[in-house]
This record gives sequence, structure tokens and C-alpha cells, in this order.
Amino acid sequence: MTARYALRPSLVLAALAALTAPALAQTDALSAEELEALYWARQEAATQRFTDADVAFMTGMIGHHAQALVMSEMAERNGASPAVRRLAARIDNAQRDEIETMQRWLRDRGQPVPEVHIEGTRLMIHMTGGEGEHAGMDPGQMDHGPHGGGMAHDHGSMPGMLTQAQLDELDAARGAEFDRLFLTYMIGHHEGAVVMVDDLFASDGAAQGGNTFKVASDIQVDQRTEIARMQLMLDQMPGATD
Amino acid sequence: MRRLFARTLGLLPLAALLLGPAAHAQSTLDDDRVGLAAGLFDAEEAIWNLRKISSTPPAEDFVGVTNSDLAFKGDYAIQGNYNGVMIWDLSDPARPELVTEYLCPASQSDVSVYGDLLFVSGEGFGGRLDCGTQGVDTQVSADRLRGIRIFDISDIRSPEYVANVQTCRGSHTHSVLKDPNDDENVYIYVSGSAPVRPAEELPGCASGTPDENPESAMFRIEVIQVPLDNPQAAAIVNSPRIFEGLTAPEEHGPAPADIRAMEEAKARGAYTIVIGGNEQLVPDRYVQMLLAQMVEARGGEGAPTAADSTMLREQMQSIAEERFGISAEPSEGREEGPGPNQCHDITLYPEIGLAGGACEGYGLLLDISDPVRPTRITAVADSNFSYWHSATFNNDGTKVLFTDEWGGGGQPKCRADDPKEWGANAIFSIDDGELDFESYYKLPAAQTATENCVAHNGSLIPVPGRDIMVQSWYQGGISIFDWTDPQNPVEIAYHDRGPIDAEQFQMGGSWSVYWYNGMIVSSEIARGLDVFELVPSEHLTQNEIDAANTVEFAYLNAQGQPKYDWPPSFALVRAYVDQLERTGRHSAGDIATARQMLASAEAASGAQRRQILTELADGVAAQTSGPDAAKMEMAENALRALAAAS
Repeated sequence: MTARYALRPSLVLAALAALTAPALAQTDALSAEELEALYWARQEAATQRFTDADVAFMTGMIGHHAQALVMSEMAERNGASPAVRRLAARIDNAQRDEIETMQRWLRDRGQPVPEVHIEGTRLMIHMTGGEGEHAGMDPGQMDHGPHGGGMAHDHGSMPGMLTQAQLDELDAARGAEFDRLFLTYMIGHHEGAVVMVDDLFASDGAAQGGNTFKVASDIQVDQRTEIARMQLMLDQMPGATD
Repeated sequence: MRRLFARTLGLLPLAALLLGPAAHAQSTLDDDRVGLAAGLFDAEEAIWNLRKISSTPPAEDFVGVTNSDLAFKGDYAIQGNYNGVMIWDLSDPARPELVTEYLCPASQSDVSVYGDLLFVSGEGFGGRLDCGTQGVDTQVSADRLRGIRIFDISDIRSPEYVANVQTCRGSHTHSVLKDPNDDENVYIYVSGSAPVRPAEELPGCASGTPDENPESAMFRIEVIQVPLDNPQAAAIVNSPRIFEGLTAPEEHGPAPADIRAMEEAKARGAYTIVIGGNEQLVPDRYVQMLLAQMVEARGGEGAPTAADSTMLREQMQSIAEERFGISAEPSEGREEGPGPNQCHDITLYPEIGLAGGACEGYGLLLDISDPVRPTRITAVADSNFSYWHSATFNNDGTKVLFTDEWGGGGQPKCRADDPKEWGANAIFSIDDGELDFESYYKLPAAQTATENCVAHNGSLIPVPGRDIMVQSWYQGGISIFDWTDPQNPVEIAYHDRGPIDAEQFQMGGSWSVYWYNGMIVSSEIARGLDVFELVPSEHLTQNEIDAANTVEFAYLNAQGQPKYDWPPSFALVRAYVDQLERTGRHSAGDIATARQMLASAEAASGAQRRQILTELADGVAAQTSGPDAAKMEMAENALRALAAAS
């Protein structure tokens, strides 16, 4: 851990050179300490390569995921069927971890980090950190206060996001009606995430540094798989049309 | 069919009511693997029933960049890395010697070998045809490689990059198929769910559903044919849509907690019925409703009698089937939807003509007897499985184990409160073309939130007469378990390190671990290459280890699963004797006599040795019966083969 902050400049340069140059001549074997310093230098260096599209994706997807948490937390208290509760529990577990991954991604790159607060159906995001005071995806529109429906509002333009009215509608539903609405809205929500990844991958130079490609493609395949699962669950519900 | 039942009662489908989460089993905190100190090259380690022979850090150009999959040829281990390929000479496993470092970035650099050819997967956007490290700056570029790179490794110290096959979605993983009936070609099945490239970059590539666009590169796999004498002519020869019409119902196999709950409920007198092949409890309110109707039907009043209960219990299944339209048999599934989009990985087992496809929300059993035209035999889904990742057959092809790479491998899914059925293995028996769920297996020891951990790659260890597998769990380390009894997999050995960093999540751990010619070789994402060997324990004897070590391969791709055959040896016979002793069903005298005769035979030679071994074989044959009959027959056959070879 400490090695990362006590790098010898020569090693940082060597690591950066190694990322951009063809094979280095094989020199004498490095000591374990030198290898470790090189390892941490490469971790640092890998975070230097990113695009605005990468940052916008990570920032936006945190808010997008956060809304999935709001929806999933309703399942238990709204009398969802065991199958939907199981699904919601896994969405909650998975997306909570992914939010942490994306926050770490932004923090490692000195970018403002959206922090998530949920109270009932209300989702609030506020930005922390970042190297410049004015940094932020769109700080003017970010909700800094503890009152308010910020995301549904501010991120209405992100595909698949529910409006606050839709969240409230979902929260008012019970039992089978909740299941149907949850699956319907979550399918749309997931489809939005798939589009967000597609958009990222369609921008020049995106998703090439560090773990960006992995984070984005893991999200995409998980959600695509879950969409198929939810569609089957919806089809099998009573009253579904053949 | 279930819907009729649901409509009748105006309630949720019974299956949905019954298939809810039981109390989840969770990881244990009482384990030597819990609480290990963090470190990159100096993390604390826990090891059980294994010996670590060596740990070797990556070459300088590859340090800090992800190490990925492994393939083996002769004395060499070929290790993929997102920066290229490293080749290690393992002729002295205590001192692996780096003989080749080939810088050629691509994720994930999944590697396979056949003959003098090395195949490497490229999926991400930064891979270049010229192996440059600078990435590719534009969305459409003539410099980009996504697909399969082919190298000639006839001089393994100096690989020659001879060909590419570009594919629309690149290659996340691939599997090499050597068809027993075709010595001129090998076939590569390409898997991966990455986005489709623009047609401007690779002509003919299109996305969307097959309904929208019959040429869509989604919802299909690619089959590449590689002519062995002319690898430059390698090309895609088929893109089978093996997923069409796939709508297996979403269910999950019963976990031990579910089974216990069922047994307790039945002991209390609960009613059960069989739906879709699974026995399930009937909720009490349905029972009460039906009993009330029975009382009314016989013109009675008041509480139901014992006779009513008995009659209902006898008729529960037929009532459910007639009135509610449920079926005891698994449903066929409706023909709709394009099914999964892609496979993550396909394990080919050509000797039995089968492949296991791990494809998004499904596990597929494929017929690969025609290598160019694989067809689907059956498919399973499991509501505890998030993302079907890979498959491993047992040696005789009667079982298959699928892994669930929940979270994609970059997330900590082995924490104490993560359910044991999520991010685990699911074991199925293969019965007449159907897959029957048997049990889950997940790394038993809880890991921290700074350790990515989930089921990942592994291979069989050729211990005769048992199904034993070694498997990577990323920073959960490696776990060796016995799944001979598919309903009760048991861990028998492990190795684990503490996290790379105590405070901050850092990607690492064992990506792949495979048994190869007596070594257990692990590709550690951050730490490099680990080599282990088995040591005897109460779960595994020295004879069983020695017998496993008689199996030798000229090469190994774990996703092109080889069939193990054991050459005749004293170790093989003694391994079976040890296993018969372990059952506790054979007298100490019989076991001791067998061992004495084997010692005498080994001390003798020629005709005398043959005579002793044949005598022992006849003795075993005379007693072959009961629950160990199959094992005794194996022992007899091993004895006769050894006699014949003497």
C-alpha cells in the first residue's frame, strides 16, 4: 500500500515507458521490492488513460445503478413473490458492488465521485472529491440537499431511468401487481444500461485504459442476461398473454 | 400450464410461491483462510493438503498487467497476459524458467495450443494487428485486431505470428476442437459477448436480433477451421445459431437448506406435490381450501376428518394436475425468443462427442460429433445462477459442472453474507440427454470485501475411480474438491493468500488452475505463476496421487477436455485398494492380504508376477458384488492389465 505513495520517479517513468514502448531489453532480474514498486506504478499509469466518455459513463452509471437499488429495496416490503425477491436481492448485491467499483474508478482518476443516498423512494446523489473545484459531470444540476428526488429529475435523460412518479407508483403496488410492475420497469431500466454501454463503446478511444472495458462489458452482459430472465418471469405471470 | 392453475385461483403460480428463497447457507468464518494478512508478493498464505513448489513473479513487461489463462505443451506452460504471452519451461517446477515473453496486448489473451500452433484471443478495443501497445484511438480502424491470433511455435522460444481470424465480436475465450476423425484440421469455437464491430471496420458485421437481421453476429457462435498445414487459410466456416427456441423455465435446484426444510416439513405432515420434476410443498392455505371443498363435496360440515386428510394426501398430485393444470414432468418450454446472446465459454469433450456451453443465462449440452455443425441437445437454467461461465465434465462423461461467474470476476462475491448458491458451481448428472441438477459447491471459506472472488476455471485431477477437480476462485485462492457423489461435493485441499491490499480492492487471484502431468499450475492475476503438488491426507492417499501422476499428456487445453486413461501400474491397483478400504465395507484382513500380494508381485517379475496378479484378480472377481461392485471391477481390470503388461 505504502509503496504506491513512495515510488521512485525512475520507476514511474519506467512503468510509463513500458506501457507505450515495445519490449524493454531484458535486464537483470528485479528484486521483489522493485517488482512491487513497478506493479503499483503500472496501476497508477493504467489510470492515466481515459476519455471524457469513460468518465461520463462511470458517473452516469452510478446514478443509474442507484435507482435500481431504490427499486430493489421495495421488493421485500411490498410483498413481492419469492422469485422476484430473489432477483431483487441479487440485483441489489450486484449493483451495490458495481457502484463501489465505479466510484473507485473515478476516485483513482481524480474525478468527482457521486455518492448515493437513498431514503425510501427518494434518491439523492452528491458529488465529492475531484481535483478541480468546479469538476463534476454537471454539478449545477446535481442535488446537494437531503431533500429530494434528485436523480430521477437530473438524470431523466439517461435511458431507462424511471421518473419519480413511476417510482412512487411502483412503491404503491403490492403483491402480484408489484411483481409485474417491478419486472416491467426493471427490464426497461436494464435496457437503458445496455444502451449506455453501447454508446460508450461507440465513442472514439473509449474503454481502452485500465479496467474500463471490463467494468462496462461485465455490466452489459449481466444486465442483458437478467433482461432475458425477467422477460421469462413476466411471461410466466398469471394473466400474461401468450 | 402453470398459468391455468394461477388463473383458477387468481393467485400467483404455485411454482413461484414454492420456489422462494430458503434460508441461504453461507460461508464459514472458522477457517485458516480467514484473516490472512495482505500483500502483493508477501501476502500471508494458508495451505492444506498441498505443497507449493514455486511462486514466480511475472516478467518485467507483464508486471501489473492481468495474467489470464494457461495452456500446456511438453514441458512448457503458456500463460496469457493482457500484454501478450509468457512461456515458462517447467522441467524443473521448483524453478520455472521464462523462455519467451511476447509483447502483443489483447484482452483477455485466452491461450490454446495444438501441434506447432498457438491460438490467442483478442476481444477489447485496444488490440492491434501489429501488436503495438498504443491502443487504437478511433472506433473504426484498419489497425484493430479482435478475434484469434495464430502463432507458429515450432521454435517455442521464438513464436512467429502467422495469421489472424477477425470476428465480429472479437474473442473473449475460445476452445480448440480436435475431431478424432479429422487429422487435417482443428476447429476453434469462438465465444464472447462483447459488442459487434461496425461493418465499416469488418464488412458483414451486424447486430440486432436474427428476426431483424438474419446476418446478425449476435445469438450465434463462430466455428473457425484451421488447416494444420496451412494455418494462413484459417477461416470461419459456420456460425451456428445454437440458442434458437430456447426458453427453459427459470428454476433452481434445491440447496441443502431447501432439502432440509422439505424434510422437516414432511416430517410435520406437510403435503407435497411434484411440479416440473421437483418435489414441492403445498402451502397450507391451499391444503385448507381443498380440505374444506372435500368436506363440502361429501355433504359434510365442520372440520375435515382424518379420512379427508388421508384421501387428500393420496390424491393431491392428481388433483393438482387435473384441476390446476400443473405437470409433474419438466415442461418443454415455449418456442419463442432468440435465447442467449452468446456463450462465455464452451468446453469440448470430443471423446464423448459432447460439449458444455456456458451461455449467459443457460447451461447447454451440445452434440459436437460433427465439429462444424454443433447442435443443442438440451439446456438448463437456474434462478440461483447469474452468468453461466464455464463447464467441466467428469472423466466418464456422466456429469457436468457449470460455474456461475456472478459479477464477472471483478467483484468480491465470497463474503460471509453472500449466499453459497450464488457465484458457485452447479453439478448436473447427464441422463439420456437430460441435465439433472444435483448440488451446488462454493468455496467454503469467507473472503474479504477487498478480494474479488467467484467460481472460475479449473480442471479434473486424474485420480482413478473418483471425480476430483482443482478450481480457481480468484482471490479466494484454489480449492480442490471431490464430486464423486454429485450431491455431496467435499473440499479436500486448498491454497489461499491474503488480499493484495488490506484497505483497497485490487484485482488479483488465481485466474486458472489446471492439473498437468503431476503439477498443479495456477495463473495468478497479479502475483505470477504458482506451481503446487498434492500431498497425501485422510482424503487422498499417496497411491492415489501416484496413480494420478501416471497420466501424461503431450499438451493440454482445459477447454478441450481430454479423456484420462491410466496405464497399468501398481499405483493404480493400490489406489483402488485404498479406496475400497476407505469405504469401511471390507475387512482389514482382505485389504491386508491384497496389499501383501501386491508387494509380492512387485518384488517378483515375469511369469511369477503375472501369476500373483492373476490370482488376486480372480479373488477380487469372486467377491465382486454389493455397493462397491463397480470399484472392485475397476480393481480387477487394473490387475489383469498389469498382469498382461508384466
